[in-house]
Amino acid sequence: MNWMAWTLPTAIFFSVIAAILLCMTLYEVRSPCIERKGFLPIATTRGDRLFIGLLTSAYIHLAYVGLTDMSLWIALGISCVWLFIVMRWG
Amino acid sequence: MTKVENNKAWFLVLPVFLLVAFSAVIPLMTVVNYSVQDIFDQHTAYFVGAEWYREMLQDPRLHDSLLRQFIFSGCVLLIEIPLGIAVALMMPTKGRAASLCLILLAIPLLIPWNVVGTIWQVFGRADIGLFGWAINSLGIDYNYAANPMDAWFTVLLMDVWHWTSLVALLCYSGLRAIPEAYYQAARIDRASKWAIFRYIQLPKLKSVLVIGVLLRFMDSFMIYTEPFVLTGGGPGNSTTFLSQTLTKMAVGQFDLGPAAAFSLIYFLIVLLVSWLFFTTISHLDKAK
Repeated sequence: MNWMAWTLPTAIFFSVIAAILLCMTLYEVRSPCIERKGFLPIATTRGDRLFIGLLTSAYIHLAYVGLTDMSLWIALGISCVWLFIVMRWG
Repeated sequence: MTKVENNKAWFLVLPVFLLVAFSAVIPLMTVVNYSVQDIFDQHTAYFVGAEWYREMLQDPRLHDSLLRQFIFSGCVLLIEIPLGIAVALMMPTKGRAASLCLILLAIPLLIPWNVVGTIWQVFGRADIGLFGWAINSLGIDYNYAANPMDAWFTVLLMDVWHWTSLVALLCYSGLRAIPEAYYQAARIDRASKWAIFRYIQLPKLKSVLVIGVLLRFMDSFMIYTEPFVLTGGGPGNSTTFLSQTLTKMAVGQFDLGPAAAFSLIYFLIVLLVSWLFFTTISHLDKAK
């Protein structure tokens, strides 16, 4: 694994992503979701909302890094809140 | 009768899953690892957090390349999609002429990218190239190696020459799939050619056009070899697109950290635009 140049933060990042995907798969098997329309302009499934939430979180981080010098923990907090909002009401 | 649930078929996708993991997911994870470190050699790396992302996002080279890239992809789509549809509409529908047209259209697609660049590099030269010589003979001062507008014109023309065939072939296959009954109904209604195109052919071409637009966007957004061979990104940096800036950084200067951060920003842009294209079109389909 040395060639992949792992660091602790990246290992945690990928573990969290893998855990989210695993939990979502188990949740889907246990209770299959139906497409629904929330505040997003399109009807979405649970997986769609997760993808949208994660993609926009990446952009929130990029905007935060590009425009401010503040701690990234704040961007992470904003992204978590945003992800929850999209998953719940999106 | 109870339905037996059998999920063993999922094992059939395992080879694809492994292939994608080895060819895409694991390399992408490595890039993420590189993007947060300052790497000097295989054993010397320092964690720098989001520093490379900050540097790249504030780098004017990235801003300029990104702007050029969007202008280039926009121009490519605006020219190649209507032209491809027009070519497909004008092609003969059956007989030897149809086969001949299909072969002629397929030829540019079979030529490797670096060869296309070399062909146009020679073709566009004012001294020995037919195209450059012909334009200069008309009294127009054309030199793609010195004038940025000429360089852009040549790069765009080269891309149109290389890839319009793809759109034309996709549209041609879409047009051939329209049942004759639609045209018969249109003839009974005495529909004009424009009405046939607008209300029969264009709606039926929608799905192939989505694929065409997506393929051409992705390909033009990631273009590297042809402009690299033709202009080398010049004159100045006028035809330096995102992938060329990235290659200079990663391979030329061996700045792996900044290049990895750049790659991920590039990847996120491609992912977002492709997703927007796909979602918009598929939801338009559902709305109908």
